[in-house]
Amino acid sequence: MRRILGRSLLVLAVATSAAAADKTISMPPDDPYAALKPGPGVEVTQRQCTPCHSTDYIVMQPAGGPKQWEGVVTKMIKVFGAPVNDEDAKVIVDYLAKHYGN
Amino acid sequence: MSNLRRRDAIKHLVSLGTLLGGGGLLGARTPALAQGDPLLGARPLVRYPEKTDLILLTSRPPQLETPMKYFDRAITPNEAFFVRYHVFPIPLEVDLATWRLRVGGRVDRPLELSLDDLKTKFPRATVTAVNQCSGNSRGRFAPRVLGGQWGDGAMGNAEWVGARLKDILTAAGVRQGALQATFDGLDKPAFPSVPDFVKSLDITRIMDDPDILVAYQMNGAPLPMLNGYPARLIVPGWYATYWVKHLSDIEVIDHVFEKFWMKPGYRIPANACGCVAPGTAPAQTVPINRMTARSFIATPSSGARVAAGRPLTLKGIAFDGGYGVREVHLSTDDGATWQRATLGADLGRYSFREWTWTWTPRQPGAARVMVRAFNAIGESQGREPLWNPAGYLRNVIEHADFQVS
Repeated sequence: MRRILGRSLLVLAVATSAAAADKTISMPPDDPYAALKPGPGVEVTQRQCTPCHSTDYIVMQPAGGPKQWEGVVTKMIKVFGAPVNDEDAKVIVDYLAKHYGN
Repeated sequence: MSNLRRRDAIKHLVSLGTLLGGGGLLGARTPALAQGDPLLGARPLVRYPEKTDLILLTSRPPQLETPMKYFDRAITPNEAFFVRYHVFPIPLEVDLATWRLRVGGRVDRPLELSLDDLKTKFPRATVTAVNQCSGNSRGRFAPRVLGGQWGDGAMGNAEWVGARLKDILTAAGVRQGALQATFDGLDKPAFPSVPDFVKSLDITRIMDDPDILVAYQMNGAPLPMLNGYPARLIVPGWYATYWVKHLSDIEVIDHVFEKFWMKPGYRIPANACGCVAPGTAPAQTVPINRMTARSFIATPSSGARVAAGRPLTLKGIAFDGGYGVREVHLSTDDGATWQRATLGADLGRYSFREWTWTWTPRQPGAARVMVRAFNAIGESQGREPLWNPAGYLRNVIEHADFQVS
């Protein structure tokens, strides 16, 4: 009986290790090349945008005025469902237009 | 090194120093000094799991670009193949004991297929095909457009092995009245308010095309995680947006699927060129579909110094949306005259076609070499790029610039 149990455990252990052998990866942290420029509103922008994406999504975009950035922030809220209130949205638009504007 | 390039190099070294001084993480990360490209020059080279050094577009969700030097050959190595995700978080772990491809909706026999089922219950099919992001080269658009500012490396070519999608749907038994199938993968957004990445294809398109696969093998190996392990959809000739990674759910439906990533996402102007006057909006749109014809000079890299009077072999690739490349032409006189390149092996109509061309530069100074391709139905590239507001379908005569000395 003990021998049978031992063999079952061995089979179970082999099966488990086979499953664990499937693919697992870990990702590096957000790259510092995309760090946001310092200035009023940077903390709010960082806090509200980075739960869903790294800041390179911001810094790589063509420079644009308040109209462009208002469009982007509105899209993030209305289309992508970002939970950002009106007050924070305005802070973010002002920050982006000032530091990533033309 | 020219003054301009030296200045750029110093600038990069300075910014690298700033990062190090600021306590930035370096790890397997190096600045992309060799790029010599205003769009890519500022971006670092990074190393992600199962990948070699690729150009970073975004960290999270990850978007990584293949350096141009890998396009001197028809097959793109798995470790150099570009990466593009839409939503965060992305799958970091797959357990084949529990992973299943589910097929449901308007079918007679809903299926739950393991990877072994895919490999053993369906005939094994092979296709060599280009996977290119809809927005490849978006960063080159003028006027510029919002979106991922890719250079030209959001493309790759691989030999894919898998089960035919039509065989899988036939096994499930598509019911009368079915119009489309939708495709969903393991990547799920952090918030339920964020649209999940789901794509659709017409049932007629699937049943007419034996080259649409659920692929579990890429260049003779399992797919890298970041390219869709354990299985992804392969839609040869069409843009990568349809090639759903980590495929987990297929649903057959009786209507046209119009959730975010099909509408308003990934749409092109509803006209023959898929283009509009720069800066304007299209009146009507359709889902993006077949790829335009393109060709690139991979080596020597643009910006390289080459010797006058000495024969030089240029290498690159050309491809199109599935008719097959017939000719590749090069010009050193701004397009006044063109000469034919020698084409490499034909790996099928969906594949990159390798080309080589020997050129002996004569005049010292700046020299521009232009490249264009023609496919089997005469599609090519124009002198001026076509424009659309989403930055899709890039299609223009490409070039590389050399310093002859």
